[in-house]
Amino acid sequence: MKKILVGLAALCLGAALGTGAFAQEEAHGGHDEANPTHFPILKPEELDWSFAGPFGRYDKAQLQRGLKVYREVCAACHSMRLVSFRNLEDLGYSEAQIRTLAAEYEVQDGPNADGEMFTRAAIPSDHFPSPYPNDEAAAASNNGAAPPDLSLMGKARTVERGFPTFVFDVFTQYQEGGPDYVHALLTGYDETPPEGMEIPEGTHYNPYFIAGKSLAMPKPITDGQVTYDDGAPQTVDQYSRDVSAFLMWAAEPHLDERKMIGFRVVLFLLLFIGLLWMTKRKVWSDVPH
Amino acid sequence: MSGGHSTYTPTSAVGRWMDARMPLPRLVHDSFVSYPTPRNLNYAYTFGGILSVMLVAQIVTGVVLAMHYTPSTLLAFDSVEKIMRDVNSGWLLRYLHSNGASMFFIAVYIHIFRSLYYGSYKAPRELLWILGCIIYLLMMAAGFMGYVLPWGQMSFWGATVITGFFTAVPVVGQSIQQLLLGGFSVDNPTLNRFFALHYLLPFMIAGVVVLHVWALHVTGQTNPTGIEVKSKTDTVPFTPYATLKDALGMMVFMLLFAYFVFYLPNFLGHPDNYIVANPLKTPAHIVPEWYFLPFYAILRAITFNIGPIDSKLGGVLAMFGAIAVLFFVPWLDTSKVRSAVYRPWYKLFYWLFAINAIFLGWLGSRPAEGAYVIMSQLSTIYYFGFFLVIMPLLGLIETPRRLPNSITEAVLAKHKGSAAAHPAGATAAPETKA
Repeated sequence: MKKILVGLAALCLGAALGTGAFAQEEAHGGHDEANPTHFPILKPEELDWSFAGPFGRYDKAQLQRGLKVYREVCAACHSMRLVSFRNLEDLGYSEAQIRTLAAEYEVQDGPNADGEMFTRAAIPSDHFPSPYPNDEAAAASNNGAAPPDLSLMGKARTVERGFPTFVFDVFTQYQEGGPDYVHALLTGYDETPPEGMEIPEGTHYNPYFIAGKSLAMPKPITDGQVTYDDGAPQTVDQYSRDVSAFLMWAAEPHLDERKMIGFRVVLFLLLFIGLLWMTKRKVWSDVPH
Repeated sequence: MSGGHSTYTPTSAVGRWMDARMPLPRLVHDSFVSYPTPRNLNYAYTFGGILSVMLVAQIVTGVVLAMHYTPSTLLAFDSVEKIMRDVNSGWLLRYLHSNGASMFFIAVYIHIFRSLYYGSYKAPRELLWILGCIIYLLMMAAGFMGYVLPWGQMSFWGATVITGFFTAVPVVGQSIQQLLLGGFSVDNPTLNRFFALHYLLPFMIAGVVVLHVWALHVTGQTNPTGIEVKSKTDTVPFTPYATLKDALGMMVFMLLFAYFVFYLPNFLGHPDNYIVANPLKTPAHIVPEWYFLPFYAILRAITFNIGPIDSKLGGVLAMFGAIAVLFFVPWLDTSKVRSAVYRPWYKLFYWLFAINAIFLGWLGSRPAEGAYVIMSQLSTIYYFGFFLVIMPLLGLIETPRRLPNSITEAVLAKHKGSAAAHPAGATAAPETKA
């Protein structure tokens, strides 16, 4: 009992120290609104995602809408080089549909027997072609900042959660920092910068941007820009949700399978632990220990 | 303890034939079946077994991953993504391996803290402890090099920062760093040698583990009372008693492991490692894996020059010193009593040390600026103070509580006490286990 008490006291002390430090950080950073030092200026909103939690699954209709947004808007500048057309079967498309969709793209192939490179219609095993021939061309067309590849965007951007939130995240299974961030960024362009803040030429203020007060990408999408045929609202908010979910799928295509197997594994382990515990108790029952 | 004569009697003709030529079954029987273990071991003592299983798991998943991985700066990142996307169950293998490394470190930290609490390092187990420290060092090397292999931003910049430490060494620093890197900066030769070493180190660890277990089976295990085994009633045979307890502990640990692999696979990693390494773009904050953070905080706590030692060398010395000091713990602890159970003051300082270590880890994840630097310095002082001042002094001035005469006496006294304090049927109350 004493040990537990001492342990608890020590834990409280640690927590006190931790919160003290945290308070200090809050006081130390970000008071001068025009010259913030910690980014993002605003934390992304936590949304409800169909793929969150232990039984989360991707919403195929949402992924299909997200793909549409990617193809009609994002793909103008952003590549998605790790995803191939055949992967789109996960979104509920048939093989024939994927064949048709792939054929809308041209990819470079070769060399042929004459040693010439040639272009041909894409087939399902091809990856999504990049909008630019190389990174230098991408940078040159975009004021020197090459638009990042989106294949892993769902996992490559996460706003730091801080203490103690990151501890709670273990129990709430929060793994949606990526899509929350993408959604916040895409919907965050309409905010006006605070009085006195200087926005560098050619960049755009966005308080949700992870690495500064403004970024090179202008507001990419407006209400009604992409036509949905399933009746979903054609708003920036909805587009952002859909494309964020789609990018999460692109980054983590086996999420559904992972959570499904995970449930079985955890169930098995719980049963096995129960049986082991009873066996262990029986075996040790005659030995005081 | 294992010096006693063997009780193994082969029952089959094959067993007798084998026993006369190479008594491997006898060795296994004596080590894992009839081997006497103290009857009062709690679940903190199951982590040795857990660690063995984790080492095997890491080697098995690692060997399969190596079949699909390409150690080239041009292909490494994409080959890992290929594993994640196209290799059958590749995502599972990779998440098992990357989270397995974290679980390995969680288990080893509990194992080390168990030793510190119960004084397991004290004579005659100094060598056992030192072998453990060597395993820990090898694990750190393996963990660091493994983190470089996916060739993400944190891989690259972590490798740059950590190999940069060696340049702080006077005269030969530059040469050591260039030897490690195979060039002047982290590049293809670095990745190739790190891959080769990452494949080699686990087998070296396995070798030292054999020595570690051997040393353990010569001296026998300690136990929560810290009193050596005196009679047969103090022990129970390894099988079924310890086997079942270890298996239960192991499966609970596997549950934690599975929880992370299947539901939080990227919680312990850094998002920047999903961005391909770019030597021209430095991340805003370079942080190592979580299990190195306390040492990283100690490194950055030294912000001042000490005589001829500049702050950079000072930081590196402090960081390596923080690990080196572990090797001397058996001689730094002057207490006659082994276990913290009978040392009220040591117990207090021990828990403060544990909290301080976690706090250092958190500080290691913060940028090195403002109040964090001062807090890191205070925490670093306590880290070293615990080993270099508290351990030697406390053993001399502390009055320990009265020790029971034997393990059996301690167990029976506790049992009688709890039986009297609780109504019948409540004897399995978990708090009486500790």
